[in-house]
Amino acid sequence: MTAETMPTRLVGQAIKRREDPQLITGQGRFLDDIKLPGMTHACVLRSPYAHAKIKSIDTSKAKAHPGVIAVFTGEDMLDLNPLPCAWQAGRVKNNVNTPRVLAVGEVHFAGDAVALVIAEDRYTARDACDLIDVEYEPLPVVVDAKKATEPGAPQLHDNAPNNIVMEWEAGDKAKADAAIAAAEVVVHEQIINQRLIPTPMETRGAIARYEPATGEFTLWTTSQAPHVMRLLLTAFVFGIPETKLRVISPNVGGGFGQKIFCYNDMAFTMWAARKIGRPVKFVEDRSENYKYSTHGRDHITDVEIAGNRDGTITGLRVTTYANLGAYLSTIAPGIPTTLYGRIITGAYRIPAAHVKVYGVYTNTAMVDAYRGAGRPEASYLIERMVDRFAAEIGMDPAEVRRKNFIPPDAFPYDNGLGLLPYDSGNYEAALDKALEIVGYADFRRQQEEARKQGKYLGLGLSSYVEICGVAPSKWIGLPGEGWGAGLWESANVRVHLTGKVVVTTGSLPHGQGVETTFAQIVADELGVPYDDVVIEHSDTAGTPFGYGTYGSRSLAVGGTAVYRSVAKIKEKAKKIAAHMLEANPDDMVYEHGRVYVKGSPDRAKTLAEIALQASVAYDLPEGMEPFLDETSYYDPPNCTFPFGTHIAIVEVDPDTGIVDLKRYVAVDDCGNVINPLVVDGQIHGGIAQGVAQALYERAVYDENGQLISGTLMDYAVPAAHMLPPFETARTVTPSPVNPMGVKGAGEAGTIASAQAVMNAVIDALSPFGVKHMQMPATPENVWKAIRSAQATS
Amino acid sequence: MATITVTVNGKSYTSDVEPRTLLVHYLREHLNLTGTHIGCDTSQCGACVVLVDGVSVKSCTMLAVQADGSNVLTIEGLAQNGRLHPLQEGFWERHGLQCGYCTPGMIMAAYDLLQQNPNPTDEEVRHGLEGNLCRCTGYHNIVRAVQYAAAKMRGEEVTA
Repeated sequence: MTAETMPTRLVGQAIKRREDPQLITGQGRFLDDIKLPGMTHACVLRSPYAHAKIKSIDTSKAKAHPGVIAVFTGEDMLDLNPLPCAWQAGRVKNNVNTPRVLAVGEVHFAGDAVALVIAEDRYTARDACDLIDVEYEPLPVVVDAKKATEPGAPQLHDNAPNNIVMEWEAGDKAKADAAIAAAEVVVHEQIINQRLIPTPMETRGAIARYEPATGEFTLWTTSQAPHVMRLLLTAFVFGIPETKLRVISPNVGGGFGQKIFCYNDMAFTMWAARKIGRPVKFVEDRSENYKYSTHGRDHITDVEIAGNRDGTITGLRVTTYANLGAYLSTIAPGIPTTLYGRIITGAYRIPAAHVKVYGVYTNTAMVDAYRGAGRPEASYLIERMVDRFAAEIGMDPAEVRRKNFIPPDAFPYDNGLGLLPYDSGNYEAALDKALEIVGYADFRRQQEEARKQGKYLGLGLSSYVEICGVAPSKWIGLPGEGWGAGLWESANVRVHLTGKVVVTTGSLPHGQGVETTFAQIVADELGVPYDDVVIEHSDTAGTPFGYGTYGSRSLAVGGTAVYRSVAKIKEKAKKIAAHMLEANPDDMVYEHGRVYVKGSPDRAKTLAEIALQASVAYDLPEGMEPFLDETSYYDPPNCTFPFGTHIAIVEVDPDTGIVDLKRYVAVDDCGNVINPLVVDGQIHGGIAQGVAQALYERAVYDENGQLISGTLMDYAVPAAHMLPPFETARTVTPSPVNPMGVKGAGEAGTIASAQAVMNAVIDALSPFGVKHMQMPATPENVWKAIRSAQATS
Repeated sequence: MATITVTVNGKSYTSDVEPRTLLVHYLREHLNLTGTHIGCDTSQCGACVVLVDGVSVKSCTMLAVQADGSNVLTIEGLAQNGRLHPLQEGFWERHGLQCGYCTPGMIMAAYDLLQQNPNPTDEEVRHGLEGNLCRCTGYHNIVRAVQYAAAKMRGEEVTA
């Protein structure tokens, strides 16, 4: 093969996505697009109270309504176990309270499911819900995580005194205390990471069908992890063999974490389908999604950062109250512990650090992973405090970062907080690149100039590091971190008789472009045309067990499983080719889809020829099984640790409090890049969600536990005119953890961005004496921050 | 029940519907045109945008009976003779979608925008789409996708 005929490598190229043609023509198949013969529609009656005893439920009028098939309450479903909590991190002890499929006796948050109507169509089901009479006895309510732990606070669950789920610690308290006592400068702040609502554009739902002849269920559901749902629903909720349930995720319209978890609708559609003998569909409307499906963040944190006037940071002490909502969602306790507390020192070498986290029950919707899941909260905290420290000692925030960064030669780096060592990094390179793009020195001059003219510009830095591809199982699984299972990922690769390649993966793409990027990898590694590779996923029938897509793990873990299966295929292909060419298998070379004896590339067998030989199988090496079919279960030796620096530039109008986000520069290092188009897209979307937290979004409960921001009218998901264009760039520091050197990019944008914007806003407001303000920086909050700083100065 | 006659994507349909049936439910559940999506219940998200008599409409905000006698264009009717519309092409070329749930509404809203303003600035594209929410892309590539289509529809050369 000459250089001219060598196939171009696809890895690294901006190939447009193969997922798109169906989605741009209206041919996508999302959950609510599915219609089954005889299908019925479910509607849930929800509690209007945040905390109440259910005195009685009268369903007679609803049952008599024309078109209603059945009405059920929690008492009808006592044969179902409560939903499981799979990640009991942080020494959760005997106080796990998870939701029942429908509430029994008591409701614990507004939106809790009280009754279920099954009807011929969704309008009728909704009508009939209104005909159910429920008598409640309201109980006292608490929505604030810190207040919930105080004496006299309303109690949610008998087994959780003071509403505490767990008290969790990491780091060395004595060392941190000593460092803070000895420091030249200590800065204290209370930092609130407000509650957010993930808001995938498609809400959640489920359709269940039951086959009485076999006792088998099929469940179509909006899930990021269908194999895990199958396991949890059968083994934990129903107590039936896992083999009696097939779970299919159709096209999923965004997840952002909210669709990882096991929800009651999965169970009640199954239960009701079996009961009434017809398929049952349930799809949330948006207000139900806001009331019932999981939220994210919601931390109240007291933090002290200590250091010297030369800019060295010497200590960090953190106490966080993490609001977990009324019950524990599937992996809720793992988020503010493993994924937050263990990376609280960020990109910095801080010799003494301690973090204490209280997980708390309140009368609010459950809180679980939302894009970034713990890492945005950690990154926001440390990046805000580094800026506070820099301001306190009058040093440039870029210099303080540079001075305290973990240096490139310190990797693998143990941060002392019980995490596995950071794999690789060059934090200063990313910072320098971002500063260069933004024109840092020039900006500071412009800022000075503008202030003289009464214009308030600000620049905010965020030098983040995060955790992707969380593994290995021996660390994250019991008895270490409390995750009740491994976090490996699977892939099967088959080369069919025609030479076409079928890959099945346990990953579950829902917008990440995995069909495209995995096909790029396979096409390159096997040396076959890209169009000859198909990626199958999302159906427990036909794919090997996998943990699904979240935590930016699909490429680093799932993609590596694919890579390793391909490597096994190549090994087998070499043996078959050696047999065909009557050569020694050890002398064979696999190159660009052909196998030949070293030194004789002209006498080669193509993969298609080898696949045919393997399939017809009349002449294979002695003892070899037919077919090219290999499976890998990849359990990485470590997590990966992407990093970078983001910079926001804002102008704030002090009279109106309006923040204008003028520029946003992102330099990310996610290791080697498979498809830059896809990576940029992931970064853009991630930034948008972090900027949204900084400037717009906040889930608000009133003191009675009513979700005030309960619709898209009240919860400010930004539209196009509310965001700027994004300037993206990269540095590349390959991960040593996996053979492709990849890290992950799905959450980096969100992890990096909120603090870049807030640091910029506070930088702009520094002439007014503003040192900190809580998110979101709405005009009202900015205006108040300026007034209150002026009042105290 | 009310009887309505609606032309959708060039084909005429006569149907009996409950008077309270929303246009979006009529399209999705009576006509099985499920490309038009539902993302909220307060007319904020724009996932359900279709064109009614040439004008973009949130089809969750209109009753099916109000569309009686109208001409409706949905995402399914946009490609002609198997050829993608420049907007569909632009969204594909510029990675203007990830999960794809908002995409049909986004494309239909952009269709109306380009009808009114064939040569928009980026800022005008952003304001023109303010009735449509996307949670995946941060809009950066949606703006580029619409500009790709705008240039192509003006007859300009566009690089892939």
